[in-house]
Order: sequence, then structure tokens, then C-alpha cells
Amino acid sequence: MNNHRYVARSSEIAARRLGNEMMIMSGKDSTLFSLNEVATVIWEAADGLTTLDEIVEHKICQEFDVELAEALRDAEALAEALAEHGVFLLSDEPFQYAPSGKEQK
Amino acid sequence: MSELTTTIDRDIVIEIGDVPVRVRTGDSAFLQLLEKRYTGFVNRRSYAEFEFDVDLTPPGDVGADDDVRVLQRSGRWSLKRGDFHAEWDSASKSGNIRQSANPYSIDSILRIVHTLVLSKQGGFLVHAASAVRNGRAFLFAGVSGAGKTTIARLAPENATLLTDEISYVREQDGGYSAFGTPFTGELAKVGDNVCAPIAALYLLAKGPQNRIEPLAHADAGRALLANILFFAEDAELVKLVFASACEFVTRVPVYRLTFVPDARVWEMIA
Repeated sequence: MNNHRYVARSSEIAARRLGNEMMIMSGKDSTLFSLNEVATVIWEAADGLTTLDEIVEHKICQEFDVELAEALRDAEALAEALAEHGVFLLSDEPFQYAPSGKEQK
Repeated sequence: MSELTTTIDRDIVIEIGDVPVRVRTGDSAFLQLLEKRYTGFVNRRSYAEFEFDVDLTPPGDVGADDDVRVLQRSGRWSLKRGDFHAEWDSASKSGNIRQSANPYSIDSILRIVHTLVLSKQGGFLVHAASAVRNGRAFLFAGVSGAGKTTIARLAPENATLLTDEISYVREQDGGYSAFGTPFTGELAKVGDNVCAPIAALYLLAKGPQNRIEPLAHADAGRALLANILFFAEDAELVKLVFASACEFVTRVPVYRLTFVPDARVWEMIA
């Protein structure tokens, strides 16, 4: 995966912050995910218009004491894993958003 | 006697959680079986929110061990397991059931129907015993073997048992209420058909001493979601149930209750 890809939250999931954790459930198969603080930052920044490397550089590295290269590797692995479960959508192009808020490429 | 007179429709209304469901069958023996099975939850009112016609099949005609599948297509729900097949139209709120004359199949169908109804009302069915004490309901959730039946059996005389197996939860009057259910576990005792506002949810664990620990919202949410019954393969309803569970744990205190299986544990429930 290249980190210049755009990452967007899927509309097929439901999310709710409980305490310090972002809880996410897949509507398709009811799988429950719990994101830690770093993953939650990526989740919240995944607007479909910002690339993953921009999120890491401007959000993760600003808020957490972490090396850019390491943070990029971790973010890439996270985005790939969550994309496999349908939580994230990944694209080489920015996502277009309909007024309803649902993602449309 | 003509065949017509022997196949006159008969029905009962089974009301759980204030949701009346009419079950119509031409088989009087099956009707009697249902009346006995749902004692305390049967009423004679004419109104029913949902209606099902039961078509009885010979015993052994279908298997009973298959996984349940609950799907919606064009507004029509299909509830299917080896031992039953029910179809239900969302708009008319009526449907039909094909099963043999046993109470277990229709019990499962009623549970599924109520999970669908509750999902749109901020509620859910959850693997939990529940009881009312001093006007407030307490839920005790856990997987099989966690102690639901034990805690129900140990309940003091002034506690009213709602269920020892599956609790019925609905958002109501700005809070959450628990309703009695006929869905029984090992205690095989039908709950009382009453409801009360929920004061707390306890997640059960057996241990060497009685202990209560408050749970963080995230831990509570994970535990509650693991115990909620929901069968429908429907993304929008799954999202609603998830939202209901998350909302519940932010508004109702949730504790881990480790207990020794004797009556003293109830001294801690208040």
C-alpha cells in the first residue's frame, strides 16, 4: 500500500466513543472493533479527502511521540486491516461525498 | 362432524414486553400447549400488533440443529432454522410459520420477532437474568454457566423474577425498563409479566468472595454487546442495536459482580 492513498470511513459501520476508546461495529457481520487513541485519531481524520501520510504527519506525529517512518508503517497496517473488514475505504483518488453523508467514489 | 368444523381457526395473543403477538392455529392441542407454555403472557384481547398463522408439519419433518438465518427482502422477513420457517411482512405485520407442534420452535421465532421490534425502539434482548426489587430492576448478564440461574434461584422473597435467562430491555420514559419474559433457562420458571426501570446491570462471574467493581463504559459496552441476542443479517438494524447498547452503558451503571453462590450476594444488590 502507498501512503498517498485516501482513506475514508465506511458508511457500513456504526461508531461510538466510549471513554477513551472508539468502538466500531460492522453492520455487515457484527464484528466489533475497539480502536486505541492513535487509531482513533486516524479514524476521526479519515474524511476521504486527506491522504494517510498527511494524517500521520499532521495528526499522529503532532499528538504522539512517535517517529514518522514508524508511524507510517503502523498506520498503513491499520488502514489495510480495517479496510479488509470494511471499516475503511481506500482509494488513490479523493472520495466524493453526497449530501447524505454517504461516501461515493 | 364435517371437516370444516374441525379446522376452525383458533388463536391466542402472547404479549411480551407490551407487544401483543397473535398466533393462529387450527390445531386445538397445539393451542393448549401454547396457552400452558406462555401462562401469564396470554391475554384475550382482540388487538394484536403482529399476527402469525401456524402451519403445523409432522414431527421429524425438519431438523433442529441448523443455524438460524434471518433475512429481509423487499419488506418481507424470512426466519429460518432447521425446525421452522417463518415469513413475516413488515408492512402488514403479519406472517406465517411452518413448524411441528413443539413449543421450542415458536419460542425461538418469538425471540427473533422481539429482537427485530426492539431494535427500532432502543432496546434489545440480552442473555441475562433479571429481577425487580423495591420497584427497580436489576440485570445479571453472562454466558451459559456464568451464574444467571444461580443468582435467580438465590433471589430473596421480596424480589420478583423477570427471567433467569433472557432479559427484555426497552428505552422508556427517559430511561430503560426491563420486562418479564417467558423465556426460561435451567430454572424452567416463567418470569412474572411485569416491568420496572432498570437500576443496574451486573456482569456475572463466580469467585471465592463477593465483590462488585464498576466497569468503564468501553468494557461495559463490549460485555453487553457480547450478550445481546440479535440474529438478523441486516446492516441498518445491527447499527441500531450497537447504538442502543452503547447508549445503555452510558446511562445505566454497569458492574462486574463476582459472587459466591449463596444468598448473601443479594445483600449487595441495591
